[in-house]
Amino acid sequence: MSNKRYNIRMAGIGGQGVVTASHILSNGMVIMGGESTLVPFFGSEKRLAPVESYVRIANGKIYEIGEIIYPNVIMIFHPQVITHGKSYTMPFYSGLKPDGVVLINSDHPINLVPDEVRELKERNARIYYIPATTIARDKAETDLATNMAMVGAISAIMGIPDLPSLEASVKERFLGKGFVVSGGTAALDNVIERKFAKKEQLLRKNMEVISAAYSYAIEHGWAENRQAAAV
Amino acid sequence: MADSAGVEVKPGTTTETAGAPQVAPKETQGSEASRQRVVSPEYMFFEAPRERAFITGSEAAKEAIRRANVDVAISYPITPQSETMQQVGALWAEGYVKEYYRGEEEFGVMSAIAGSSRSGARSLTATAGPGLMRGMEVVASWPGGRMPLVLLIMCRVINAPLSIQPDNAELAYLINTGNIVFHAENQQDFFDFALKAFVISERPEVTLPVAVAVDGFFVTHARGYVMLPPKDIKLPPRDPYHEAIPAMDNENPPARISRDAPIQKSNFISYHVHASWQQEVWAAVERSRKYIDKYMGGLVEVVNPGADTIVVASGSAVSQSREAVRQAEEDLGERIGLVKVRSLRPFPTRELREACKNAKRILVPEFNCVGWLYRDVCAALYGHSKAEIIPGPRVFGGISLPTEMILQYIFPDKKFAF
Repeated sequence: MSNKRYNIRMAGIGGQGVVTASHILSNGMVIMGGESTLVPFFGSEKRLAPVESYVRIANGKIYEIGEIIYPNVIMIFHPQVITHGKSYTMPFYSGLKPDGVVLINSDHPINLVPDEVRELKERNARIYYIPATTIARDKAETDLATNMAMVGAISAIMGIPDLPSLEASVKERFLGKGFVVSGGTAALDNVIERKFAKKEQLLRKNMEVISAAYSYAIEHGWAENRQAAAV
Repeated sequence: MADSAGVEVKPGTTTETAGAPQVAPKETQGSEASRQRVVSPEYMFFEAPRERAFITGSEAAKEAIRRANVDVAISYPITPQSETMQQVGALWAEGYVKEYYRGEEEFGVMSAIAGSSRSGARSLTATAGPGLMRGMEVVASWPGGRMPLVLLIMCRVINAPLSIQPDNAELAYLINTGNIVFHAENQQDFFDFALKAFVISERPEVTLPVAVAVDGFFVTHARGYVMLPPKDIKLPPRDPYHEAIPAMDNENPPARISRDAPIQKSNFISYHVHASWQQEVWAAVERSRKYIDKYMGGLVEVVNPGADTIVVASGSAVSQSREAVRQAEEDLGERIGLVKVRSLRPFPTRELREACKNAKRILVPEFNCVGWLYRDVCAALYGHSKAEIIPGPRVFGGISLPTEMILQYIFPDKKFAF
């Protein structure tokens, strides 16, 4: 495989599993044999407050550290990040590199103001709207799997990590190692786990959501021209 | 009388008495710590088989201390350093560190660790940003006291507005105190430099404190790959009777001159004593070079020697520069040089002159607003290079330095970001 690397900024609101999504994506890349680093960024942990997480993934060596100021992939987990300004980085595409990707969780395109439309056009940004929460409800019967849909779609768009690596990563997250990011996210994991009778069921549902979103991205032709977004 | 008054505490056993301080030695027979084998520094650094671990910088420091045969560690919490010394506390509980306690605050900690060092014990402490500022009065007096010890520094913002993020302005004065100062780039460096610092610090012709700085959070709280030797080996113990100053000697310098200061006799005696003493301290800093060469692979690492444009950096700025150099080569077909400065004191003057002798432009990216490395680079190259030396790029307050900013400085005619 040719050398690929992506700098991803994820923005969402507290409780959506943005940090969890970044861990699953990041660990999936490591499982696939590449390298990845991530930096979560949030204030006091509470629902509905802005959350960001920065993930670097590559199939080569990563040297960089710290926040990603100039991403080439931006993932918006909730329309309110854009419409209500629930974000640490305003506007939502600030720092986006030319030919970059913006993946937005929304059932419909969002009405952007003319300046935003112009600036995104100047950067030749590719903007994709995915109904991630709707997919999560259809497949797993819960909004809480929205993050899985976002992970599935972005891996289709980037080409890395692949689905088997993501599945292994989800397994490790929910079955393995007693992995704890922080008190807040650990508590959320428990909430999710209680919704499902068995962890195996939870895993299966999560993978269904990831696969459905992956297929959605492929069917809409988002996986074409992948290399354009690499650093 | 306390309930514990009648409890007999036998050496080598622990007491469970409620309210009684845990004073019994932690090392128990048969523990992993007690089975550690002493090996030579050369074996530890170069020959022992190593295994790859994916750990944080704080954990890398812990693994270095586990193998360093430390007698005394004194801590005081401050972000982002706390995690490391907390883990050193765990090492004490497992018997890898002989004495460990929390001091009153940094002035007290730096004073206490000085006493520990002068008594002949292998000594460790750590701090960050404002903590280093608070302890600086004492830290600046260590070299004149000829105190071998290791100070880990997890750099953090010291100026207002308040922040806990990594910014290394705090090193600006430290590098002018006579302490040996290394600047680690990543988790592997933090492990290697911390372990090697003890050996260099205690060499007879050096006998000086060594500070190992690292940029907080980027390294301390992030995971990276670290090659680790086995944990059942440790460095030889400190031998305080083969150092420049005998341990526990209060009748001769340096202890005598702090108790019985020359300034109390005559200004002129004081000036002479101070001049000769400090010159000897700085000469000792220079004498550490051969051990830095031997154990750490030199004061600098040079990537793409002979390039027209050279980036000179230390700490996390090196990682960012490596990526900028990679992008310049792979995306733009331009070969850019990089000099990683491992040792800030002694400063690699000779090495820089050699590495930059054909350079036309030199950039000095830094994670602070004062540009202390830029000043040192200018001073070292003055009269030895015709290159334009560019002050920056710099970031303030602990934000990461985007590679785009470095590339923008390297290629001013191109546009790298919006």
